[in-house]
Amino acid sequence: MGLIAVLLIVQIWLLSAALESFLAGNHRTAMPAAVFSGLMFLGCLGLYAFVDRVDSGIRGSQRD
Amino acid sequence: MNWFRRAGNRQPLWKEEFSVHTADERYVTRRQLTKFLVLTSFGMFVGNLWILARSLFYKTPRYPEQAVAQWGEIPVGEVKLFAYPTQEDRCILVRTTEDEYVAYSQKCTHLSCAVYYSRKSNCLECPCHQGFFSIENGAVLKGPPTRPLPRVVLEKQGEKLVAIGLKV
Repeated sequence: MGLIAVLLIVQIWLLSAALESFLAGNHRTAMPAAVFSGLMFLGCLGLYAFVDRVDSGIRGSQRD
Repeated sequence: MNWFRRAGNRQPLWKEEFSVHTADERYVTRRQLTKFLVLTSFGMFVGNLWILARSLFYKTPRYPEQAVAQWGEIPVGEVKLFAYPTQEDRCILVRTTEDEYVAYSQKCTHLSCAVYYSRKSNCLECPCHQGFFSIENGAVLKGPPTRPLPRVVLEKQGEKLVAIGLKV
């Protein structure tokens, strides 16, 4: 969960930087920002899937 | 008080009815928070996609020509306020030397307060949060703003000073 939070903080920073750059008239930064944001979202999703699987495994073994 | 317990069961009836274990409850809460964080991450990604879409479909705006002042109408070091390109966009015209005029959007790029010309420091100043902009090019000199002021492109047409565009 901590790693997801760290990725999310970086993503929030990236969004604000991309918006700032767009409003300043620089449109070249939008593409790399969107790509990195997508990668970070996939990272979050992957971490969540991992946590979910571990969590389900632990809960399953506790029930047994 | 037998109706609070079922026969042969040591658990009180209310605990049996609400059989949520503390450990399970903690797991569920943590998972919900993680889900929420992932959803927020998706929201950030969508935001970046929106900026990308705006950038890809961005069209350079066409600005009208508008006379903002007569040449020599204002003395050196004085200002004139006008609206450009729409009535809602307030701008400030400054005569810096005998034959030089500059004009900028009056809206501070930090939190949209109106900037004014400070003759003492020869720069544009935002009184709300002490942001200072260069009179030469509108660049941020100090303070919280991170972007320069949009500059109004001026042209001398006869005796008129005409605004022909906005340089962001």
